Amino acid sequence: MSKAAASMTWRKKDDIASRPWTGRKREYDLFKELTVGVIVMGLLTIGLAVGFGSPDESSVTLKAWAVAAPADFVATAAAELGGSSDTAGYGAPYNTTADASQTIGPIDLQSLSGVQIPINTAVDLVTAPLSVQSNPPSELAQWNNASPDQQAAWATAYSDALTAAYPPDTRAGEANFDATKVAAGDYGPVPALATGLLTMAQTGALDGAIQNEGGFFNLDYTKSILFLGDGTYFVGLADAAHLTGDQWGMMNETGNFPGQSWLWLFSFWYQVPGVGDASNADILVVGIMLVLTVLLAIVPFIPGLRTLPRWIPLHKLVWKDYYSKR
Amino acid sequence: MTTTLEPETANKAVAANAVVAPEELHTWTGKTRQWLIKVLPSDKLLPEGQPSYVASWIYVFGMGAIASLVYIIISGVILSLNGPAWYHVSAFGHFVNSTHLWSVELFFITMVVHLWGKYWMAAWRGGRVLTWITGVVSFAVSIVAAFTGYLLQTNFDSQWIAFEAKDALNAVGIGAWFNVANLGQIFMWHIVLLPLAVAVIVALHVVLIRVHGVVPPIDAGQTDAQLTETTGARTQGVAR
Repeated sequence: MSKAAASMTWRKKDDIASRPWTGRKREYDLFKELTVGVIVMGLLTIGLAVGFGSPDESSVTLKAWAVAAPADFVATAAAELGGSSDTAGYGAPYNTTADASQTIGPIDLQSLSGVQIPINTAVDLVTAPLSVQSNPPSELAQWNNASPDQQAAWATAYSDALTAAYPPDTRAGEANFDATKVAAGDYGPVPALATGLLTMAQTGALDGAIQNEGGFFNLDYTKSILFLGDGTYFVGLADAAHLTGDQWGMMNETGNFPGQSWLWLFSFWYQVPGVGDASNADILVVGIMLVLTVLLAIVPFIPGLRTLPRWIPLHKLVWKDYYSKR
Repeated sequence: MTTTLEPETANKAVAANAVVAPEELHTWTGKTRQWLIKVLPSDKLLPEGQPSYVASWIYVFGMGAIASLVYIIISGVILSLNGPAWYHVSAFGHFVNSTHLWSVELFFITMVVHLWGKYWMAAWRGGRVLTWITGVVSFAVSIVAAFTGYLLQTNFDSQWIAFEAKDALNAVGIGAWFNVANLGQIFMWHIVLLPLAVAVIVALHVVLIRVHGVVPPIDAGQTDAQLTETTGARTQGVAR
């Protein structure tokens, strides 16, 4: 057994695997093989491209969201104002929310980067866009002059009332937003700001307003994408297309296309109870995949794993021609 | 001043120089050239023969991956020269985008078969561990490169992938510099840094294969008939 195990080692020894081959040879034309390979793969590529094409589902705009699911849009705008959205409580690299990082024990890599992409959801996603309009809502001044506690109290109360009138599970399917369905209460300027943002979004002006916060030339779509993701409409579209994490969505794409099937193992860990549903699932999965990738790279150094090809002799099929002529 | 040597003396001098020449190399360039020629002589770099055991369909998949990479690069250059949104409004652009997608799919299919084939052949034997490691690294880097390509589609898929993927990258502290929602950053990663990394690692992988040769069968023995010189129909010759 020790002799067999030694022959599977990566080390250079005085054996056949380590010495230049001195036995029989066969003709081999490297360039000819490359040429044939390029022709065959080219025909396959073009054939598949012509036969199946590629997916191109149009991107979702804030306008499309506001038109299709206004109640969800208003509820999300209120959450951005009150600091209760996912983005508002995300932590690094967007803001300084305490205890928001994903950690493994004492390891907190997320916080190490600090706030590199600062996002104030109330300002960046609601009040700043509203203020660039030719006729900004007069309630903006009331909001800006209120204390943070007062702002939070208004927004939280309105969000609670919206949740009662339009439950989160169904609000993405509501094609209309009826402000009178929301119970009366002390919401300050929040309803006017949220519905004002809805009107602005439905005209298409909000898409440009948020994007232009980065200046005329802006390739950073972080704010718009985070805003979309804070609502339920965008997630609902992804769910319908089987793209969410619990649907192995990491390796899927829209339409009937193979997607990133090579991410199957990455996606697999999100389905494992205790990992995929953990509050620190992402750093757990990334950590597991990093360890597995390193293990794959160092397989030649791992006894047992490197000997498996001898124990399960698939190599007999690969080299059956050689073995049959020994 | 010139010195005239008798022909026989001159020949001896030339021969002597030829023998001692390697020892006289003292520049970095000369020493590097000497090392390269020793490690990878031209007949190993561009061989016209392979050991008799190199006769299986499994061997075509590595070349298949490289051939696919050719189409990935060609279609990717066309797409990047026209900008990430071009293929939405051009029929030819959509076709090029489709060839980019499918050449990537073929690249990964052939690469995975190649990888598994090399595992079951225990291809790291005989000092070939770096060949194995560079293969695994090229696979891992290719996955990251492909991922950034999906972010550049500028459609619903890329919006959603950016939203979902940010959490994993932020969790490990690199989300600010590998910001999946920042088209400018991802463009840089996808068309410059990651392709360069894939190309360099794949090139190193191929050179290492040429340096070490193709690994022989696991059960090849010292007494195998094919280790002795024969004159079979498919025999090209025997290596020195």
